Formats: sequence, structure tokens, C-alpha cells
Amino acid sequence: MPENHLPAQNARELTFAQAIREALAEEMRRDSTVCILGEDVAEAGTPFKVLSGLLEEFGRDRVFDTPISEAGFTGLAVGAAMAGMRPVVDIMFGDFVTLTMDQMVNQAAKIYYMSGGAWKVPMVMRTTMGATRRSAAQHSQSLHAWFCHIPGLKVVLPSTPYDAKGLLKAAIRDENPVVFFEDKMMYKLKGLVPADDYTVPLGVADVKREGDDITLIATSSMVQVALGAAVLLEEVGISAEVVDPRTMWPLDEKTLIESVKKTSRAIVLDEGYERYGVTAELAAVIATGAFYDLDAPVKRMGAMHVPIPFSPPLEDATVPTEQTVFEAARALCGR
Amino acid sequence: MTTTVRQETSDKVDLWLRMYRQMVAIRQFETEVNELYTRALMPGLAHLYIGEEAVAVGVCSALERTDYITSTHRGHGHCLAKGASPDRMFAELLGKEAGYCKGKGGSMHIADPATGNLGANAIVGGSAGIATGAAFAAQRLGNGRVSVCFFGEGALGQGVLYEVMNLAQLFKLPVIYVCENNLYNEYTHYSETTAGEIVARPAAFDIESVTIDGQNVRVVNEFAQILVDRARRGAGPAFLLCNTYRYHGHHVGDINREYYRSKQEEQIWKSERDPIVNFGKVLIEQKIADQEALDGIQKEIEAQMKQAVAFAISAPYPDVDEVEEDVYA
Ligand SMILES: Cc1ncc(C[n+]2csc(CCOP(=O)(O)OP(=O)(O)O)c2C)c(N)n1
Repeated sequence: MPENHLPAQNARELTFAQAIREALAEEMRRDSTVCILGEDVAEAGTPFKVLSGLLEEFGRDRVFDTPISEAGFTGLAVGAAMAGMRPVVDIMFGDFVTLTMDQMVNQAAKIYYMSGGAWKVPMVMRTTMGATRRSAAQHSQSLHAWFCHIPGLKVVLPSTPYDAKGLLKAAIRDENPVVFFEDKMMYKLKGLVPADDYTVPLGVADVKREGDDITLIATSSMVQVALGAAVLLEEVGISAEVVDPRTMWPLDEKTLIESVKKTSRAIVLDEGYERYGVTAELAAVIATGAFYDLDAPVKRMGAMHVPIPFSPPLEDATVPTEQTVFEAARALCGR
Repeated sequence: MTTTVRQETSDKVDLWLRMYRQMVAIRQFETEVNELYTRALMPGLAHLYIGEEAVAVGVCSALERTDYITSTHRGHGHCLAKGASPDRMFAELLGKEAGYCKGKGGSMHIADPATGNLGANAIVGGSAGIATGAAFAAQRLGNGRVSVCFFGEGALGQGVLYEVMNLAQLFKLPVIYVCENNLYNEYTHYSETTAGEIVARPAAFDIESVTIDGQNVRVVNEFAQILVDRARRGAGPAFLLCNTYRYHGHHVGDINREYYRSKQEEQIWKSERDPIVNFGKVLIEQKIADQEALDGIQKEIEAQMKQAVAFAISAPYPDVDEVEEDVYA
């Protein structure tokens, strides 16, 4: 069993949301330059109640509500990070990152490089992703691929409470702008989380389940879907390995390639759009790195290439499910 | 002379009764929406317009059917006031094929070309460009249309609003920015997010602005009419600041809200400033209607809304193949 799957002695069961809150609280206690800004983050603790209690502990100077000005407060965070703070920006719905793109892409991402390493931008943007919440096209997208495309940004997609806490702490301590995507459908997911101070380094993939016949490389909530599909596959005699890259950049190519070399088949699962997306990049990494070991073309499964519809039967058709992954894996294994 | 006076009076009576009915219709529609949510019959959430009815009705009553509006996440009232029919609205809220957007948009995205509704928008400030652009097209095409951009005071935080107000004034576009100040951006009082006076912002672009009681439909309508006429004449954009209040939570699930506003505050708005009750009193005082007539309107609309809900509930979902339709025109 990989080391971090061993429950530490002082581990408790926490939800994904609680793990995130704990990571923030611990980092804020540890470093007085860490602060949180965003819409309805203070008293309201965000609409998802992820930040409840932080205002009470840290006060208004460190947890503060902003106007509905995503571009403005993201830009403010960039400047504050350059001038000695470690801001954590909250963008309520991942769909609203569109409003912050100049600040993130043209400013935050490039400042270190453009200044020849003179200025750095140690900030974190926390935001959400994920469909099937019946929130329609402007509140359901998974836009993480946009940031993955930009040199200078790091992109994190945790899939368990354990990873969420460890990765967020690492992200806050990182010297670069890091975008941290939380699937809003996972906030209530439970898992064991140590009360200790630990970090999960950015750039290290995690094998969530070992197997021999096929590798399911999955991100964020798709890890749960892959694990569910793996159980179904087991029933028909197919042993699936589930690998979670955890960070899209830096990317642990080695772990992905090694797994596929072992199993010889791969499906890449991600809730972003398939076209020009994360699945395309990961499939290319595998196709290149494990070319001589592949027994089948790498299969990609992502969100259907449509704006996310509101109507439940339509929305449900847009994302991979345990069943569709199971069927795809079976077909790929010829069974 | 007497005939014109009589005509004017009867026009006014018609308008007032129509506005009253529309406000009741919006409130009843939203009451049903809340009910659908509570009974777990509606997917997702909805942002109720109850308490703010006079703004949508007063403004839209000053518009022609062909004039444009853009709406917000709290948009049911705007859509209904511009002429949308409740049955297709409910169908949309339930994700049904018969809905205004074939179920693809849901509560926050109702759009209807037949009534000039360019669409509700789930991005705060997201429709400022669209409304201004429609006014630009109306001006260039010379079709005499006016465009109204409804938005909550929360949208004052979005930079795009100022970019387009500047453009609107430079080009003298026929657009009215209707700011519905219901005091809260979600769960935060607007005074914590808004520096200075709101009307100082349009003033910076030399845009005509008026601040009014958004709970008084006659006042809203009167000023909207002035600004719309002015825009139609080519005198340029305007900013109508309507002070109002939402009775319910930010959305239907926002039940325990005492951490951001008191029950007492809610009670005062409801008991002293209700736009429907107060307008009903005026109608009775001016002998335009009696209590019985108002009760009749209420009953009739309740029945109509129940019927519309029943239609939506029994309507079929879209075929799953529909998911890939309409991505490109
Ligand atoms: C760009 C953007 N940021 C944040 C949100 C989340 N959000 C939805 S409604 C809302 C508050 C809007 O307040 P206001 O504009 O005053 O409208 P009200 O809800 O009061 O009618 C927020 C922050 C959003 N939809 N779009």
C-alpha cells in the first residue's frame, strides 16, 4: 500500500470540505502572511460553507469579503503576493475564472519569468469545478485545462480529503501561483485525514488502486468514478489500476507511464472538455512514453463537447459515469 | 376635452390594473417555485424575486414588446413582466422540452426572442455588454428600440459595467441601466462592498440617473417611462436606481439568514413597504377596484399558476439526443 494510504495514528474521518478548512487554518496559524479573500468568504464561509469558522479564529484582517470583482481582487492578490503576502483567493464557481484570466495568465503566470526571477507571486486561487449539480451552463464547467496551458502556473486537482489537505498546504507554501480546483460535488466526501502537519508534494501521482489489466488515469471526482468502475470490472475478471496524477502541472509522467507499461491499456478520465483538454495531454504522455507496451489505443473520456445543459437527463449524459467507464474498459480489454 | 380626459383616465386604470395583476402573477409564480423546491420537484436552486415585483413590472410596463431586456440570476420577474408565459417558464425550471430553452437553460437562463428577452444571466454583470450591444444595434438599425439592463447592486463590482456605460454615453445609446438595490450581494450587505454613492458612478460618465422607491410601482413606471422616452428620442443612456428588498433568501435554500440580516428588518419591509399590498390600497382608495375585485384577481392568478405548474410537471423531458443539438447555429 502506498505510504499515504496508511491511516496515521491520529487520523480522523473528515469531509473534503473540512480537510480544506483545516489546511487553511493550519497554514494561517503557521504563517501570518496567509490571508483569504473572496466573495462571501467571511460570515457566510462561502455558499458551500467550506470556510465556516475561519473568520471567528482569524478575524477580518485575514478573512475578508470582497465586492463581486473577480478581476480586481485577483489582481490585488497578485500584487499582495509580490509584496510579501501569501493570499488565497476564493473564486466561488470555477466558471468565474474567466473574469480573472488577464490577472492570472498575463500577470501572475509571467511575472517571475519576465522579471528574470526578480519578483515572485506566491498565491493560491481556490475554485470549484464539476457538473451534475443542476446549475446549468455558467455554474458547472471544469476549466482547469485553461490554466494547465499556461507556463508559470501550477494546477492541483485533489480527489480525497487526505490529498486535499496535504496538497493545499503545499500549494500555500509554494513560491508560485497555484490554481487549486475543488469538485463541488465532493465537499461531503469523507476520508481519513491526519491531524498532523503534513504536505503532499506537488508533482507526485498516487496509485489509488493497484491492478494488472488496465490503467484508469483519473482526476478529481473522476477518481471516485474510476474506483467504482474498477469494482464493476473486478466482477467480470478485469483488474484495473487507478492512478491519480493529483497535480496537472507539475505532472508526474513517470508514474503514469510505469503503470501503463505494466497494464498495457489505459483510459484517461477527466471532467474537463475532452477536446484540446487534459485527457488529450495525458493520453499523449502515455502514447509517447509507453508506446511499445500498449496493446490498445489510449482511450479518453471527458465532458461532452457541449455547454452543460440544465435538464437532468441531458446533464447526466455529459459526464463519464461508472457504467460508461466500465463499458469502455471492457471494450478496450476485448472482454 | 372631456373625452381625452376620460380616455387618459381609462388608460391609467387599464395600466394600473395590468401592473397590479402582473405583480400578483410574479409573486404567485415565485410562491409556486418555492413550493416546487420544497417538495423536491425542481432540480437545482432558484433565486426568488418576491418583494421586488414593482421594479420589473414598473419598468417593463414602460416598454414595447419589441424593446429589449437582459435579466439576471433573479430573473423570473423580469421575464414574466416582459410577457413570458408561466407554463413555459415552469417547464424550463423543471428542465422540460416545452420550456423556453428546451430545458437547457433552467431558472437562470430564460430567454425569449418573441418578447425581446435577450436572456437571463448567471454571471453577475454578465449581461451589461449584451444590453448595451442591443442598444447599439437598435441605434444603427434605426428600429427605435430601447434596451433595458436589469442588474442587482452586486454587479456594481464588475468592471465591464463601467466599460459599457462609458461606451453607451459616448455613442448616446438607447439603454437604461436598472440597478435593483435589494441591499445584499448574496450574504453581504452592499455597504460592505460598495464605496461611495451608487449614483456617483453613472454621474462619472455624465449619464442621467434617478433614485426611486422601487416598492412603488407607479413611481417606477413613471420614471421608467420618462427615461425610455428620452432614450427613444436619441438622448442617450440613463441609470435608474431602484431601492427594493428581497423577502426570501438569496436562493431558495438560504433559510437561516440571521447571521447577515435580522428577521425584524425583513418584517418591516414586508409589513410596511409591500409593493402589492400598498398598490392595492391605492387602487381601492382611488375607486379603481374594491377588495373583492382584488381578491378575485388573486384567486384567478392562483388557479392559473397551479395550471401552469401542472402543465410543466406532466410535460416530458427532452430526448437525450437533444444534448448535442444547438451547440452551433
Ligand atoms: C461574476 C460572478 N461572480 C459571482 C457570482 C455568484 N453570485 C451569484 S448572485 C451573487 C450576488 C449578486 O448580488 P446582486 O447583484 O446584488 O443581485 P441579487 O442577488 O441581490 O439580486 C453572487 C456573488 C456570479 N454569479 N457571477
